[in-house]
Amino acid sequence: MENNASNKTRKSLAPKGEVWVWFTSLGLVLGLAMVLFLFGLILLRGFNFFWPVPVVQLELKEDSEAVFRGNTSFAGVIASTQERSLQEIAVEEEILLEEEEEVEADGILGQALQTISEYRVFVGSRDRYGQSFRYFRHNDILERSFPEDIIRAERRVEGDAFFFPQRIQFQDGSEVTREDANFEDELDRVVKEGRARRSQINRIDRREIGPINLEIRELTMDLRFLNRIERTEGDLSEAQEAQRERLTERIAQLNEQFELLRDKADELRETNQSIRVFYEYADGTSGQIAIGDLFRFYYPNRLGFFQRIQVAGIQFWEFVSGYPREANMSGGIFPAIFGTFVMTLIMSIAVTPFGVITAIYLREYAVQGPLVRAVRIAINNLAGVPSIVFGVFGLGFFVYIMGGTIDSLFFSQAQELGTPTFGTGGILWAGLTLALLNLPVVIVATEESISAVPRGVREGSLACGASKWQTIQRLVIPASLPGILTGMILAMARGAGEVAPLMLVGVVALAPNLPVDGTFPFVHLERKFMHLGFHIYDVGFQSPDSEAAIPTVFATTLILIALIVVLNLSAILLRNHIRKKHKGSAF
Amino acid sequence: MNDSTETLQQAPDIKQKETDNPDKTDFRQDYISFRNYNFFYGPTQVLFDVNLDIPERQVTALIGPSGCGKSTLLRNINRMNDLVDGIRHEGELLIDGTSAYDPTVEVISLRKRIGMVFQKSNPFAKSIYENVVYGLRVAGRKKKSSLDEAVETSLRRAALWDEVKDRLGESAFGLSGGQMQRLCIARAIANNPEIILMDEPCSALDPVATGKIEDLIHDLKKEYTIVIVTHNMQQAARVSDQTAFFYLGKLIEYDETEKIFMNPAQKQTEDYVRGRFG
Ligand SMILES: Nc1ncnc2c1ncn2[C@@H]1O[C@H](COP(=O)(O)OP(=O)(O)OP(=O)(O)O)[C@@H](O)[C@H]1O
Ligand SMILES: [Mg+2]
Repeated sequence: MENNASNKTRKSLAPKGEVWVWFTSLGLVLGLAMVLFLFGLILLRGFNFFWPVPVVQLELKEDSEAVFRGNTSFAGVIASTQERSLQEIAVEEEILLEEEEEVEADGILGQALQTISEYRVFVGSRDRYGQSFRYFRHNDILERSFPEDIIRAERRVEGDAFFFPQRIQFQDGSEVTREDANFEDELDRVVKEGRARRSQINRIDRREIGPINLEIRELTMDLRFLNRIERTEGDLSEAQEAQRERLTERIAQLNEQFELLRDKADELRETNQSIRVFYEYADGTSGQIAIGDLFRFYYPNRLGFFQRIQVAGIQFWEFVSGYPREANMSGGIFPAIFGTFVMTLIMSIAVTPFGVITAIYLREYAVQGPLVRAVRIAINNLAGVPSIVFGVFGLGFFVYIMGGTIDSLFFSQAQELGTPTFGTGGILWAGLTLALLNLPVVIVATEESISAVPRGVREGSLACGASKWQTIQRLVIPASLPGILTGMILAMARGAGEVAPLMLVGVVALAPNLPVDGTFPFVHLERKFMHLGFHIYDVGFQSPDSEAAIPTVFATTLILIALIVVLNLSAILLRNHIRKKHKGSAF
Repeated sequence: MNDSTETLQQAPDIKQKETDNPDKTDFRQDYISFRNYNFFYGPTQVLFDVNLDIPERQVTALIGPSGCGKSTLLRNINRMNDLVDGIRHEGELLIDGTSAYDPTVEVISLRKRIGMVFQKSNPFAKSIYENVVYGLRVAGRKKKSSLDEAVETSLRRAALWDEVKDRLGESAFGLSGGQMQRLCIARAIANNPEIILMDEPCSALDPVATGKIEDLIHDLKKEYTIVIVTHNMQQAARVSDQTAFFYLGKLIEYDETEKIFMNPAQKQTEDYVRGRFG
């Protein structure tokens, strides 16, 4: 019976055209699968970056190729297992073979079809091994163990390292060794104290010395300007002379303050350098590190599940709130998150009113005719222009023309000395360039929602004696707010992820200052900024150790997507809130 | 035809009228007056040589088959058709003696004197309160007490006050269809207009709601001049004092409602009101 029924429906599919239902749904499934796969991959690899995994210690055969300076022990995190044919390896190591005068070349080529499996292990300690990853063949490994006492240390330079701490040496030369009962507590304590000192140093550098430096720079510029006038005109007026005196005095005063602060910071640095931790690598080689260079550590093989979550949480927080180090190779990405956020905000603030006003004019006031139609076509085509073209336009128009004009009007001294203020890429110009890029999106969305406002509402308003503008202002705009917000959401999603045009108008790999900070006037729209999209590019493709950068790339991608989702979600919530208020206006 | 200055002097002032409560014959018989009126949407002519005098403070019904130009005529009175591209008219339209298309007449102040109720109720996406005071707000009235007062009187006149007085702050979309239509009437009378235009105000309503609105029209005509378009013969017979029958853009017959329905002069009118049309 059942079979019969299903047969019948199958027969009736084709005539009813339901074949196409399957066809089209297949397309949807395919699309969804790809999106889910992409998101799954990014989520998984992104979260992996923060998750503390156990550290394995490998004991190799003496004759293994992977032996490093005669040492056979390595500690690290297994990143992947892979199969490679010997031929592949031979090709990769060809240059090496030639150098060794092809000793065993024939033998290797003879085994070319054989494959071997090997571990790709993150061994860290770039300073020691040259690169962060090493390959170990399975059949070279004698023994694997998970030592309890090994620590994974996050260091100021050269990435993470795995080692066994041996003793702590204090400033006064006294020591605590691992045999002492309080060794681990002491290690914990000195690292924490080192961290506290470091954040104090940072505070002095950023908050206290920063503004002084800025002022000194500005005053020096004024001074140089005066000196130049003296050189070209041979003489200075009395007022200028007095000004120069004042400037010199103030600079000296500031320098004094600066030195005081610098001494304080130096003292702290000194302390951080003089407390040292001595350790041994897995192979027994010893080394040492100053407390100032040891940021944070944990015992990866001792953690329970909840402690792992805790460590992952800390690492996540450090990543999103910290500043980058070592040419973006390590440290956090806070400036990039912040830059992306501020730039997207500037873009939204610029694009929304402009787009809405344009749409209102086009829809409500312009006489519908060939000209308006042509304008509409132009706007739609604008949405298809490659974004780099907008970048070039932004550079030419915003940076050179507008920025150049602002500089010559308000910052002519700096401009003459070759240090432009607005006449170079900055977050304002980047935001405006992206606003231009997204203008069509907002215009089209707004126009659509304006034209969806029922005619009856307009007529009702006019019949009450309202003027056209009052109708637009009191009824049409509120009713099209959800549509306007939809346009804004689309614009933000596109703007936050756009990279190419930004490279021309102000994004940099490493910005010394945030666009918004505590120094007057607090918002520095002329500053260059960091951006998550560009950060991904820089870390993934411009860094010396690109293999080690892969996890960072995934983690940064995850954050970028999360940021876009958060921005969109808040806009969507706002839209739904407004929609609820206008609920029922549809019927 | 009257001399216009003379009629202006004769035209009694509204306030005076309210206090005097005079006989019907004191009011202007040509309060709204179409004279040799032709109207075109682009190339197509929709109204042909219409001569129609609508008396003050009475209900005048416009009837006729679909597409005969009733709405067009109505929408000419408050110049709602100005919104349409390519319109043109010939002849004269006088409202209380002044031409509606006089260049010195501002269309906005004209519309303030003329309330309009549409076939499909069109409350705004605002609270009930804000809907009623919309016309006052756009006219620049801000004083809370005077707005409150206007809301109460308009809603009372529209027979809606008791139903909504406790939910003035709520969205107008929460009302029933009949309530919404009465809200639109309240909105139209809040401006204190002289004329109320109604384009099939009951066509979307059930008999009970229709009855309420008809009662309302009855009450309103004491103070307002009402022009109503309707497809419902009984309704026209019930509520109106005068009835105008249109056919293909021409005014066929215009007389006391009783006469139109009992004893029409034209064959076409008789066929139409007896339902023998087509
Ligand atoms: N905006 C417009 N542009 C062009 N022609 C129009 C327009 N509005 C109405 N017309 C035409 O004018 C004629 C009269 O229309 P109108 O709406 O006045 O008829 P009506 O008597 O109100 O009909 P109904 O009883 O169906 O509402 C119709 O032939 C219609 O097609
Ligand atoms: Mg009509």
